[in-house]
Amino acid sequence: MDFKRREFIKISGITAAGTLILPPFFNSCKTTRLSDNAESYLGHFEVTQDLLRKVISAAMEKGADYADLYFEHTLENYSALEDGKVNSAYSNIDYGVGIRVLKGDQTGYAYSESITSDAMLKAARTAANIADGSKVVAPVKINEYVAPNYYPLVNSWEGTSVKDKIPFIQRINDNIFAADKQVIKVNAVLGDSTSYILFFNSEGQLAWDYRPMVLLYGVCIMEKNGQIENFFVGRSHRMGSEFLTNELVDKLSKDVVEKTSLLFTATKPKAGEMEVVMGAGESGILLHEAIGHAFEADFNRKNTSIFADKMGKKIAGDFVKIVDDGTLKGKRGAINFDDEGNESEKTVIVNNGILSSYMHDRISAKFYNVKPTGNGRRQNFRNIPIPRMRCTYMENGPHKRDEIIASVKNGVYVENFSNGEVNIGQGDFTFFVKFGYLIENGKLTKPIKDFNIIGNGPQALSDMVMVADDLLIDNGIWTCGKDGQGAPNSMGIPTVKIKKLTVGGINA
Amino acid sequence: MNTSEKYKLADLVVAHAIKNGAQQASVNIYENRSNNIEIRDQKIDSLKESNQSGLSISLYVDKKYSSHSTNRLKESELLRFVEEAIASTRFLTEDEFRSLPDPEYYYKEGGINLNTFDASLDSVDAKTKINLASMALDEAYKKDDRIISVSSYYFDSITSSVMVASNGFRGDAGKTNVGLYVTVSMKSETGRPNDYWVESSLFMEKLKKTDLGKKALERTIRKINPKKILSGKYSVIIENRVAGNLLSPIYSALQGSSLYQKQSFLIGKQNKPVASALFTAIDDPTIVSGAGSRLFDDEGLAAVRRPIIEKGVLKDYFIDNYYGRKLGMKPNSGSSSNVIFETGPKNLEELIGSLKKGVFITGFIGGNCNGSTGDFSYGIEGFFIQDGKIIHPVNEMNITGNMNQFWFNLIELGSDIRENETIRIPSLLFENVDLSGI
Repeated sequence: MDFKRREFIKISGITAAGTLILPPFFNSCKTTRLSDNAESYLGHFEVTQDLLRKVISAAMEKGADYADLYFEHTLENYSALEDGKVNSAYSNIDYGVGIRVLKGDQTGYAYSESITSDAMLKAARTAANIADGSKVVAPVKINEYVAPNYYPLVNSWEGTSVKDKIPFIQRINDNIFAADKQVIKVNAVLGDSTSYILFFNSEGQLAWDYRPMVLLYGVCIMEKNGQIENFFVGRSHRMGSEFLTNELVDKLSKDVVEKTSLLFTATKPKAGEMEVVMGAGESGILLHEAIGHAFEADFNRKNTSIFADKMGKKIAGDFVKIVDDGTLKGKRGAINFDDEGNESEKTVIVNNGILSSYMHDRISAKFYNVKPTGNGRRQNFRNIPIPRMRCTYMENGPHKRDEIIASVKNGVYVENFSNGEVNIGQGDFTFFVKFGYLIENGKLTKPIKDFNIIGNGPQALSDMVMVADDLLIDNGIWTCGKDGQGAPNSMGIPTVKIKKLTVGGINA
Repeated sequence: MNTSEKYKLADLVVAHAIKNGAQQASVNIYENRSNNIEIRDQKIDSLKESNQSGLSISLYVDKKYSSHSTNRLKESELLRFVEEAIASTRFLTEDEFRSLPDPEYYYKEGGINLNTFDASLDSVDAKTKINLASMALDEAYKKDDRIISVSSYYFDSITSSVMVASNGFRGDAGKTNVGLYVTVSMKSETGRPNDYWVESSLFMEKLKKTDLGKKALERTIRKINPKKILSGKYSVIIENRVAGNLLSPIYSALQGSSLYQKQSFLIGKQNKPVASALFTAIDDPTIVSGAGSRLFDDEGLAAVRRPIIEKGVLKDYFIDNYYGRKLGMKPNSGSSSNVIFETGPKNLEELIGSLKKGVFITGFIGGNCNGSTGDFSYGIEGFFIQDGKIIHPVNEMNITGNMNQFWFNLIELGSDIRENETIRIPSLLFENVDLSGI
């Protein structure tokens, strides 16, 4: 167990499959569409306003400063294709309430999978133990917060049968096999989830959210003269089943076949330091690892981030502007409000090369005496919210992609990645390159694959010498891991050049 | 829920599945209680108490297969849940290889007592747990002027489960785990180095409770001001604590699913050399009080001690029931238990002392391995060694190679196995390893 490392994993496993299973109480709820009616969420979780207030009072009774309740009901489904058939499915139901109590920057946390008065009061009193005084807390006045909707739904996954999903998964298989005779195996998975969220805190704020999510991926495995190669392409959005279109499936299939066949000619680059050009889109992983985690305010509040004393200082070129945005419609990293009730927003982290904001949760915003940025997120009701990225990207710069590539004599161009990691304190970060090209005398030449790149965050930022004007937000299946919690993310970047990173290659 | 209540509920759900059209079904019910305490700079940072339970079911309906899980265990809801799951399974395509394991492979009652459950753990009070974390932290706190922050963690977990399958399997298991973790962060000219020490055990009494803070502090101090070295081929020692990271691509390539999906660089390698003759790894689920010990796996297959790689020769794969049927191979469990390595005569200091020039790797950061080809590349940190001595810390480098060749470069094993781990592996010495730096 290593609490310091932040891993970033792209789903590439071969999972089972799914269908819609509803608990009986659910069928009586009129919540298959987005609803502004707080009462329907109270009804969904079978709680009353009185009970919410009573549980908050219990959570505060030992003298806490703040408490919140996070109710969650999540329905997940996966359908999987193997050997040309959609022949397995998996579904999961998760239901419960997390109760958090804050005293200064100290946290008490407990949860219950049973949403009854007794179970919630017991959990609230357990969490309350973080404080050690006593006080009588008058019930708070309920204050509804109606958040903007950054993932408006057309067709809910709850109303979509597995029967309607199967043709799209099958189409991936059929497309890929039809595209190339060297294909020997195809795997494809469609996963969707729907979460009902009800939030209430000791300030009286009541908020609710209906969170859809979908992911779809295809794995292509080809064999040529005894050599086997595989590639993975996935897409993910906060969308309903309107996500599923033949156009999307056809593009995904085409991309995965083309990349797999290129791997047969790909080699490993030479080892050592060199110029690295990062292609638009997936290379946003650079921002996530090299910079993003180190800007999450918990590490700075605790003084353990390499950027802890850099606020307001110049850390990159004038043309560098980096944002973390929860408001991009339908993106995997979008969020209507964060998991501690704070408004979602577009947070400018680096402006004109100057570090302008960390990403905050409630504790760190109070510590720094700033407005929360809406980054307090949790994997589910079992977890304490912590600062997390949403959709992290860099705005366009003054250069052109062709001009950037032409400026490199000997280097690498990278465009697809499987995973990355960072050490917050030392600033070392890595990402694993699945596909790219050598750059020789200003031109992309031989394909390259399967190597790790390592660098140091502050150094890489100041070494970012060129930024193009071709920003692309990647819609891949990115899940970030921190403190044992997963969170869905998006990322994006225009083509950029880093003067020097260490490429894990072969020594002559 | 006690064990007999869990059996009762599992029996009810299995029977309901069969009654509603499934030909076969298996059900697993689990409960887990855990505590996590974090102390930062002598102040409690967080206290967390968890209680969870859940049920999962595998359904075999007219040659169609699906699995489902839920944490809503009210009987009436569960029965409805099963009915709807069966209805949805019927939409899938048939798969002739889907059925429960042949009962001949199941664990039968009457196995040895593996002693993996500390019944006293549940009664340890919060104050004792907080004290343990505090003591671990105090060993490092304010012990050096360069310290920025010291955090310590206490964690424990109590898990119990039962499994029932419609073709005769019944089994229950329980396991506890308790541990302490300390991390130290320091200020230096080049960054804020940090390191940690962790100890865990199945039993509170056997948990090592001292020297964690001290070791975390020592490890952090020695990492101050690292330097990159030249790219090249080096002799490399990989510390026992992280050596298991390099095993995971091998264990993944040994899975039946990887073999079947052609995503394994070990296809067709059974009874052939895949590593240096020093490499022997036994999968042994039968060790009394072992972290990975079990009587049966998650499909009910009886646990058996078996060599996986013996003197460098690949002896066995990890074949679960489904991929066993697809590959025409006998199932022997799709997952590893305790991984037991052979050891060598030298301790870590002696291994380092024996090296004229090389790198001692103490941590990996990121990187990956292509399962089909075995090509790997990982970020590393550690120390540069010359004439048997640690000269300076190194960071921001990569180790690169191919799994099919890399393990033949293993030339010596240390004697320093960590007994409480699932992967009991010593520090390893390799020669001729590609490192990328300057």
